[in-house]
Amino acid sequence: MSADLSRRRFLKVLAGSAGALVVGLPLAEARADDAPLPPGLLGDDYRSLGAFVRIDADGAVLIGTRDPETGTGGATAVARIIADELDADWQRVAVLPLGLGVQNRDGQPAWTYGHQRGGAGETVPAAWADLRQAGALARWLLLQAAARQLGVPADQLRTQSGLVIAPDGRRLGYGALAAAAAKVAPPPAPVPVKQPERYALIGQPAGDADARAIVTGQLRFASDHRFAEELVAVLSHCPWPDGTLAAIDTAATLAVKGVVKVVQLRPEPSQPLGQTVLAPAVAVLAEDTWAALQGRDKLKLDWKPGPSGGENSADLEQQAVALLDDKTAAAVRVRNDGDVDAAGKKAARRLEASYVLPWLAHATPEPMNCLVRLEKDRATLVVPTQAPQQAWTVVRRLTGLAPEQIRIQVPRVGGGYGRRLDHDYVAEAVLLAQAAGRPVRLLWTRGEDLAHDVYRPGSAHKISAVVDRKRNVIAWTQRTASASALARRGVPDDRLWTSEVAADQLPAGLVPSYRSDWCALQSAIPRGAQRGMPHLSNAFAVESFVDELAHAMKEDPLDTRLRLLGEPRQVALGDGHVLDTGRLLNVLRLVADRIGWKQNWLHSVNGLGLACWRIGDAYVAHAIEAALDGNNLRIRRAVCAVDVGRVINPTGLEGQVAGATLDALGTALNLGVTFKDGRIQQHSYRDYPLAGMAQLPREVEVIVVPGENLPPSGASFLAMPTAAPALANAVFRVSAVRVRRLPLMRELLRML
Amino acid sequence: MAQAQGVPAEPAGRIVPEPVRAGIELEINGERYRHTGDPSMPLLWYLRDVLRLTGTKYGGDHSGADLVLVDGKAVPALAQPMAALAGRRVVTVEGLAGADGSLHPLQQAFVDEDAIGCGYCTPGWLIAGVELLNRKPRPSDEDIDQLPVLCRCGCHARVRRAIKRAANGGKA
Repeated sequence: MSADLSRRRFLKVLAGSAGALVVGLPLAEARADDAPLPPGLLGDDYRSLGAFVRIDADGAVLIGTRDPETGTGGATAVARIIADELDADWQRVAVLPLGLGVQNRDGQPAWTYGHQRGGAGETVPAAWADLRQAGALARWLLLQAAARQLGVPADQLRTQSGLVIAPDGRRLGYGALAAAAAKVAPPPAPVPVKQPERYALIGQPAGDADARAIVTGQLRFASDHRFAEELVAVLSHCPWPDGTLAAIDTAATLAVKGVVKVVQLRPEPSQPLGQTVLAPAVAVLAEDTWAALQGRDKLKLDWKPGPSGGENSADLEQQAVALLDDKTAAAVRVRNDGDVDAAGKKAARRLEASYVLPWLAHATPEPMNCLVRLEKDRATLVVPTQAPQQAWTVVRRLTGLAPEQIRIQVPRVGGGYGRRLDHDYVAEAVLLAQAAGRPVRLLWTRGEDLAHDVYRPGSAHKISAVVDRKRNVIAWTQRTASASALARRGVPDDRLWTSEVAADQLPAGLVPSYRSDWCALQSAIPRGAQRGMPHLSNAFAVESFVDELAHAMKEDPLDTRLRLLGEPRQVALGDGHVLDTGRLLNVLRLVADRIGWKQNWLHSVNGLGLACWRIGDAYVAHAIEAALDGNNLRIRRAVCAVDVGRVINPTGLEGQVAGATLDALGTALNLGVTFKDGRIQQHSYRDYPLAGMAQLPREVEVIVVPGENLPPSGASFLAMPTAAPALANAVFRVSAVRVRRLPLMRELLRML
Repeated sequence: MAQAQGVPAEPAGRIVPEPVRAGIELEINGERYRHTGDPSMPLLWYLRDVLRLTGTKYGGDHSGADLVLVDGKAVPALAQPMAALAGRRVVTVEGLAGADGSLHPLQQAFVDEDAIGCGYCTPGWLIAGVELLNRKPRPSDEDIDQLPVLCRCGCHARVRRAIKRAANGGKA
């Protein structure tokens, strides 16, 4: 929290050139105690001001958002948080991405806006901690200015929807006060933020701030930006990350009209994964995309595999299963409560099951791309990134420019899901611009995107549980095997498990003896973060297994879950993590009630399934109803309840919960990445078939628990972990087929 | 040359004027264009690289992000060579709104239902939805099921609501 306080202290008031009030953070040279810079020097470029809030003389309010918007609604939510503190008229608010904020502090980067990361569930909680103050400060300054003009003490004035209102009814618009407010000396201490009963925007529904620009096709994603004199670059990557180019013939390529140059790229072995080129590649640079693509088609390349050329996903899976069965295999002990071995001796019943999850690609709708222009003393980039500071690191290393000489714009991003936490494509674009001596616009084709990802590693899970005579689970042993997504990223070996499993996942804390082990697999296939890790695979195994326990005990799985969760209480899980069983029970009961569990579970011809989970301070449960008509599986209903603490934007939250539900269902139904002889076998949406409308439920019934007494939690992937196990549990009810391996459809059709 | 002086090389009536630059004429969003480049260039790159109409997106084969209306039919711009478009009428997402900036009812319904995730596939949904509504003003759920657009943000349920809202005169 100390970082939040220091950031607050650095909030700064500046005057724009056209009578604007700007509240933001100081410029590179400025210090907190500096007087505002002369307006003439500032210009009207809000980007150079590090502004969070700008109020123009005409009353227009511009709110800058620091975290990349990847479609999780963070930008709209953050702007609403600031606008509410400001008492702005939302109709007059425009929201714009700030891009990377970096300053030069003795040759090292100083991040103007603090941490900048999008699509990772941090945007709203971080803004709640510090950005309310930006709105509150701007409002305070406007009140002081109004007090002087009206001759009324500031504490007798109120604000509402872009107006300062005096007790006698006189009103002044924010625009008319902006210039004067910019000259008011800021307060020595942080301004108090609003009491919740005064919220006007927080908790009220709002559509995406970019909606109109998106539906009219005017919103420009990174791949829609252009630089003068640019060359378009497309790539052909080596099928193996460790392969080599044995022969190349570019004659036919260079003969294509518009093709300018062919450039070879190689990974830098000394660099961590994600900061250098993923695999050797040949780039075709041309005057337009079509020429580049035609040139790429005419390349004659002879790639030779490296050591990874012997890898097969099927073999890796067999290794994983063998590791789980071998109790003497080396494993990391993730958690060990009580004594599972001793508890086993009291067994009334013992159950064991294994689950296998596939490798997955990110398949972001907007493929990897990057626009870069290099000049002697400046690099300008437009990057679809979730982590602009990481992109900066790559550019800095490759160009040697000073911190502030690297400008990175981050327009709205066409999907992140973790793929854009890595910047291999930024390294490629910079290297190509250096080789070409011209600006470069790099565009990956879908085939490259699917076949050269940093994949979510597949995993295998083996769970065994011991149940006593009273049907209480008294021991739980869980072994997970996977190739860590943190490997080759400078993460110490003893932390590699943290991307694969968490020490505080359910049912830890609920079972007296609990043990979780992780076994490492080795693979050269690149791996990285993906939306919902490390919860997705573990929640599938655990929540499927609880359903299997219920079946083994011949009882209603809701009853099994309620007994497992026990009385509402706070369960300390270590490292400051707490499981609030009351909140988890609540979301579970809400979905069960909504789907009519008690009436329908036993009697419906369709199958009903449940699952619940906790991520940080947020809780989620799903209830799914599935119907089977021959080989045709139909998801009739999908109900999801979430408890995320305070809700900033109910419309945005509902969209995220419904969206994550559908994404998780579609992924579970259809998707898996496989590799044979080290080559990825998925190259298009034909063999990586995202679910279409027909496969998905027509509606997602979202229930949001009111949470005014708790700070907001990130919610963008909260609804992912429970959707797949609830579906598998519903499928079991309707088909008697227990799916322990995803993707579900392939397994179900094999077993039906 | 001297020999030819005073004697036309060919009868005047047979002089062929300098031909106008060959090209493919088509209409895009109500404007007429002539493409004089490679006739095999797909419409998507003509829109995005030549005209800089970037509302139509590249998502790869079968993504649906590149759908446009050609003579009223929703087709992937990636699969339309310019040579096949002579004399055709193309409408992209930029052409759905009225000249006065008023949104198409389906665009308005997308805004009202907040049927937007990252927004990258939204133009594809809009084009596919407009075609469906033109073809069938009261589409069934089964009709909507057939829309050929892929979305990783999971906007399907809201897109469905938006299409139904538009079909219902803007009411939910």
